[in-house]
Amino acid sequence: MTITEAPQATRRLTTSKAMVEAIAQEMERDPSVFYLGEDVGAYGGIFSSTTGLLERFGPQRIIDTPISETAFIGLGIGAAVEGMRPIVEVMFTDFMGVCLDQIYNHMAKIHFESGGNVKVPMVLTMAAGGGYSDGAQHSQCLWGTFAHLPGMKVVVPSTPADAKGLMTSAIRDDNPVVYIFHKGVMGLPWMVKNPRSIDEVPDGEHTVPIGEARVAREGSDVTVVTLSLSVHHALDVAESLAPQGIDVEVVDLRSLVPLDRDAIVASVAKTGRLVVVDEDYLSFGVSAEVVASVTDRDPTLLRVPPQRIAVPDVPIPYAHDLEHAVLPRHDRIERAVRTAMGR
Amino acid sequence: MTQTLDREPAADVRHRLDLLREMVRIRLFEERCVELYSAAKIRGFLHVAIGEEAVAVGVNAVLDEGDAVVSTYREHGHAIARGMSMDSVMAEMYGKATGCSRGRGGSMHLFDVGRRFYGGNAIVAGGLPLAIGLALADKMRMRPTVTVCFFGDGAFAEGEFHECVNLAALWRLPVLFACENNLYAMGTAIARAQAETDLALRAASYGIAAWPVDGMDVVAVEEAADRAVDRIRAGGGPCFLELRTYRFRAHSMYDPERYRDKAEVARWRERDPIDLLTHQLTAEGGLSAEARDAMAAEVTAEVDRAVAAAEAAPLEPAEDLERFVYTETEA
Ligand SMILES: Cc1ncc(C[n+]2csc(CCOP(=O)(O)OP(=O)(O)O)c2C)c(N)n1
Ligand SMILES: [Mg+2]
Repeated sequence: MTITEAPQATRRLTTSKAMVEAIAQEMERDPSVFYLGEDVGAYGGIFSSTTGLLERFGPQRIIDTPISETAFIGLGIGAAVEGMRPIVEVMFTDFMGVCLDQIYNHMAKIHFESGGNVKVPMVLTMAAGGGYSDGAQHSQCLWGTFAHLPGMKVVVPSTPADAKGLMTSAIRDDNPVVYIFHKGVMGLPWMVKNPRSIDEVPDGEHTVPIGEARVAREGSDVTVVTLSLSVHHALDVAESLAPQGIDVEVVDLRSLVPLDRDAIVASVAKTGRLVVVDEDYLSFGVSAEVVASVTDRDPTLLRVPPQRIAVPDVPIPYAHDLEHAVLPRHDRIERAVRTAMGR
Repeated sequence: MTQTLDREPAADVRHRLDLLREMVRIRLFEERCVELYSAAKIRGFLHVAIGEEAVAVGVNAVLDEGDAVVSTYREHGHAIARGMSMDSVMAEMYGKATGCSRGRGGSMHLFDVGRRFYGGNAIVAGGLPLAIGLALADKMRMRPTVTVCFFGDGAFAEGEFHECVNLAALWRLPVLFACENNLYAMGTAIARAQAETDLALRAASYGIAAWPVDGMDVVAVEEAADRAVDRIRAGGGPCFLELRTYRFRAHSMYDPERYRDKAEVARWRERDPIDLLTHQLTAEGGLSAEARDAMAAEVTAEVDRAVAAAEAAPLEPAEDLERFVYTETEA
């Protein structure tokens, strides 16, 4: 219809600002949207997920809660069932342990249990990931666990533009959507500087369909399927290997549920080589699921065995060197790509 | 310290000098940690308890060797007061193999089984279930021991807190619930999170002895803890102390402190527990300026040694990473 649509104007924003922009725009557009969580008001969210929103929308819609995750997630579910569109923040994915019942037995099942009669249009946001020595209870990703449990969509943006587009889509979705942002992609002034955490973001309304992967870099030799902060690392590795004649394609999943299996298969069909990079634990998780997406469809697409780079099955250690040894960082990604290439 | 307690601790100048020294040890240790954090020697989230030392020292002063302690992420003071060496704690902050948790735990996960110090827990209210379990085990084995569980005012908002206090009361478990009410949970003032801010009153509703204490007065803390622990040891069931205190610095190292007044912080700083006791002892003639300086110098030297040892200590080799996910001894 809009044949003459002008390309959308953009400006450079950090991921956190892009995420906040989407929330603000949706709150302007739809009075049923509100935001709830610990220190999301005056404090602005410890990972800057709500900076400036209290000033703009007031305490009726930007609501600080006590440290009562079970209560306030359940409360979000109740409000959503009544037709509100709450965005509920759990400060760290690691804290899902204290409130998982509300998430997987209630938020994720009510629609099914009610035979489709009851809808839960809520967004559950949380910060994930390590790399800054925050220890075993503050550094996990755990997105694979949410993705494993049916009934909720799971999105994991890596870029500022996707952070905005996926947030907008998540708020408008009639399903519960778990929106997980890695602290390392947010562009926080007090974290290690990440040049990819600031980038062009479309002005105005911007949506990204949930369930569509994105080819972050085209290449012909080997496919790296990854998500969140690991996309940034994979792109760095791809750039460093290009002069050596290794042409890496990087696929950013963006969404785990639904998983864009077609995009994975299409890329591997082209390259014949697969490396999966995931900052979650190795076993029983995302990396195996990605490999199965290919082998279920056509194992002969793989010219060499797939490589999986993830956190070996150990809790995240505090000591900097040990932590970096378990995380999927550049050195490990590069080694896996070289192994896949036989060089 | 426990030995002298029966003989009028409050009147005993030497005993109070010991308490003062313990508080100074924690203060200077943590102040050094802040510096080391700025120098990127210590990483992650660092939560210091500067201003809250009287709580750690006063409560630990009445414990026996066999008693157990469970704490939070703001636990350096509890660990040091419990007798863990500065060397082992500092090495842990450095992530070194000689640290009390071999560098795996970090600032928020200090452990020392020998002293029955069971962490170091970074989940709000996450330590309470563990504490009542320790107490149950002690009770089953008919040990006359007490488990002290430190936690913040913020824990009152979690269901775990209420489940645990109820169970401990119901089964008369030997637990001292030591609530460090510093009036804030991160950036949230207590009145913005708790419908009833009288925490001792709420704890009492579970049918246990519970009362508020001036947490800036180490002697008051010690007396209250002594009374509580006596009662628990005698089989009276759990007790709850609301230790009213204040953290002088940010929640962790980075924190814009937009949620409280500078004037409020200044007011509380006037009740600095170390200054209070120092003035008191000085006024009584129990502490000369020279003795005070000597104490500071000795403690500084102790901190220096811990830092030097941590600097020199080895890291755990990455090959050992998978150790301790599971036990190494055959069942
Ligand atoms: C289950 C859980 N929710 C949230 C957090 C994040 N968090 C860490 S400390 C804290 C405030 C705790 O306040 P309080 O219990 O009063 O202890 P204080 O820091 O004041 O010593 C919060 C919300 C957490 N660690 N665990
Ligand atoms: Mg507090």
